Amino acid sequence: MSKNICFHCGDACTTSKIHYDEKLFCCNGCKTVYEIFSENDLTCYYDLQQNPGATPIEIDGKFDYLEKPEIVEKLIDFQEDSTEIVTLYIPHIHCSSCIWILENLHQLNPQVLSSQVDFPKKKVTITYKTEEFSLKLLVEMMSRIGYEPYISLENYGQTQNGLDRSLIYKIGVAGFAFGNVMFLSFPEYFEVSEYWLEQYKPVFRWLMFFFSLPVVFYAGRGYFESAIKGIKSKILNIDIPIALGVTVLFIRSTVDIIFDLGSGFFDSLTGLVFFLLLGKIVQQKTYKFMSFERDYKSYFPIAVTKINSEGKEENTQVYEIERGDRLLIRNHELLPVDGILMSPSAEIDYSFVTGEAKLVRKVSGEKVYAGGKQSGSAIEVVAEKSVEQSYLTQLWSNDVFQKDYNPKFQSLIDKISKKFTIAVLTIAFSGLLFWLFYDASLALNVFTAVLIIACPCAIALATPFAMGNLLRIFGKNGFYLKNTNILEQMADLDVFVFDKTGTLTTNQKSDISYSGMTLSEDDKMVLKNSFRNSNHPLSRELYSFLDSQNIQVSESFEEHLGEGIVSSYNDHTYKLGSAKFVANEVDDAALSTAVHISKDETYLGKFEFDTVYRKGVEPLFQSLDEHYKLIILSGDNEGEKPVLTKMLPKTTQMFFNQKPDSKMRLIEKIQSEDKKVVMIGDGLNDAGALKQADIGIAISENVNVFSPACDAIMDASQLQKLDQYVDISKKGIKIIKLSFIFSFLYNVVGLYFALTGQLQPVIAAILMPLSSISIVVFTTLATQYISKPILNK
Amino acid sequence: MNVIYGLLAISILVALVFFGLFIFSVKKGQFDDDYTPSVRMLFDDELVKDKDVKEKENSNNQQKQS
Repeated sequence: MSKNICFHCGDACTTSKIHYDEKLFCCNGCKTVYEIFSENDLTCYYDLQQNPGATPIEIDGKFDYLEKPEIVEKLIDFQEDSTEIVTLYIPHIHCSSCIWILENLHQLNPQVLSSQVDFPKKKVTITYKTEEFSLKLLVEMMSRIGYEPYISLENYGQTQNGLDRSLIYKIGVAGFAFGNVMFLSFPEYFEVSEYWLEQYKPVFRWLMFFFSLPVVFYAGRGYFESAIKGIKSKILNIDIPIALGVTVLFIRSTVDIIFDLGSGFFDSLTGLVFFLLLGKIVQQKTYKFMSFERDYKSYFPIAVTKINSEGKEENTQVYEIERGDRLLIRNHELLPVDGILMSPSAEIDYSFVTGEAKLVRKVSGEKVYAGGKQSGSAIEVVAEKSVEQSYLTQLWSNDVFQKDYNPKFQSLIDKISKKFTIAVLTIAFSGLLFWLFYDASLALNVFTAVLIIACPCAIALATPFAMGNLLRIFGKNGFYLKNTNILEQMADLDVFVFDKTGTLTTNQKSDISYSGMTLSEDDKMVLKNSFRNSNHPLSRELYSFLDSQNIQVSESFEEHLGEGIVSSYNDHTYKLGSAKFVANEVDDAALSTAVHISKDETYLGKFEFDTVYRKGVEPLFQSLDEHYKLIILSGDNEGEKPVLTKMLPKTTQMFFNQKPDSKMRLIEKIQSEDKKVVMIGDGLNDAGALKQADIGIAISENVNVFSPACDAIMDASQLQKLDQYVDISKKGIKIIKLSFIFSFLYNVVGLYFALTGQLQPVIAAILMPLSSISIVVFTTLATQYISKPILNK
Repeated sequence: MNVIYGLLAISILVALVFFGLFIFSVKKGQFDDDYTPSVRMLFDDELVKDKDVKEKENSNNQQKQS
């Protein structure tokens, strides 16, 4: 382990080093958390996992709105007398240490009665007493130890909807019945005509009948409902032959045992439903801690500080903000509405909206848009619009956000099932006709046998297992898909549309280059010291960029927020900052971000920040270019165009200065030419385009933080492998088609027995699980094999 | 051979008991979170250890004081 790592959070200690209790900390915040833990005998936190913590970010008054009882009431799950239960979402939950510390909150404050972590959902449920304690104090306590809960507008008034556990119940019922029926039908498989078996046959058979009742009427109900829905909307879906098979199995078996014609097919019936439900659960792989349905509500705060007519600060719910309200936005707080800036200046971070990490400077009287985050001291803003009518949030009132599925998409299984259903019915009826003339007594037997044996269990299992397995492999590598349909759609695309900022470029590092007169050692030293004192993100980056070792305090230091720094040393005055501030000239269209420097009013030069493209963008575009049309949509100006044209294939189309809704329109236009579009973006300004596209993929540096509504979330490091993912999806479709052929072969064998009137229950009971299991094994192994190229070593 | 009725009844009864337990555990939410409990069960030891240390320290302090 490197020695320069913070004991608490594991970050490299670069800017400051604090030694405490023989341990190294990167900042006071981390040290404080350690102190809290060691005072309360909770240092075990550091034994379970090394450097597990997060640096606490404390902002005074951030949670003041939790003092309002009507807001608290909407957030908590349960309240009685002096006990409250609340479930909080904590993005930082990531390791066993987190679980341990959060479940030991009662050690920190005796008012906390109990706490329980749900790790996959990154949520903690806390029960606490409200005497001398409150939700606000609880949240503040958690923020102090680095576990700040994320409370957004989404939580507000959110109804606690009960979990849907019906599928688990159904599997339980089907599995229970399947096991028991197998056990009861075992003696008959051998057709031993012993005396005792003959005598007790009816008991065994009727028991099987009763076991299969809940399977047909409860566990299998979903298939009937889906089949009826399909018939009503005139779509022959795969559930129709399944429902038909289940019905025929049940009726034929019941008739068989009533008239003592045979033992019935209860084993096949219960087994069929059990396997089908298993397939369903495999397909339903969900990423519980992610949400693919987010809108602006998950980004926006619940309440903001309003300055009322008497000049006092009060908390107000964001939906209650009206035009003309004066709002106070503190450091790192988000602007919930469009407004006009009243304070002299503001530095707004629109990275939520555009994916761009640069700060935008606004001066008094300028318009500021909802979705920006203030960075620096608190500002005052007069609201111009309400939350729903703001520029950004209006996007969600568009129709695209109302429809929840893509009607044009028809899955492979739907296409197959239509032909399949017709074929099965044709065979069944021709068999019936043939036997009516040949031997009428066997006609009904043959007819039902065909429907039973053709029940598409293996076909219905091929897609869930192949796709479910691929989904899981993708997820392990950092590409999270909403469901298996998305995987199928990925295999059939025409156009790739990329957002530029934050998608193709990183928003974390930038290349810094210096141009101008050579800086002396003294100059560098002064600059480094000045940057050290400033909290501006650019200063932070420049501080680590400059390599001067000499640390001396400059004689005077003055920071002009949003403009620059003036500092003096040895009778020289240095000015660092924007072109306007340093040299009193307007930046040439501000195509790049730069920090200018002057010494005693003589211009020295500037540090330029260049955008850095993600690793592998170039080869990715080359590879995609062979088969697809590529488009770049950027909300920025054309500053990067020369770089992009040089880097990317000639055929790539580029559009600049795109607004959120024009991005959406453009995608709509491409779709109207009957093209399948995938949009790859990141910020909220891509939300419309992501939703409009056939597939919307959100790129995220950290999948735990929020990304707009989309069909898939991709870890930024995986972007370079996008072409491989598409390739694997295509191969996945081939695997499914192959397994369809296999299951047809099984059906042919089964149909031979059925049409010749020889179908014994034991044959059905062997054939059905055999075909299902072999399909499951085949698809699982095959998908594992094709996804080799993306597997992380 | 009437014993078969008794055997059947018993076997089904046992199966039903387990089935009931399964339904009960689903209702209690035991299948909602399939990860955290596996980590949580490893913690109890550490908590005890912590308390022990604390008690030891306390008793040590008391001994020193006395």
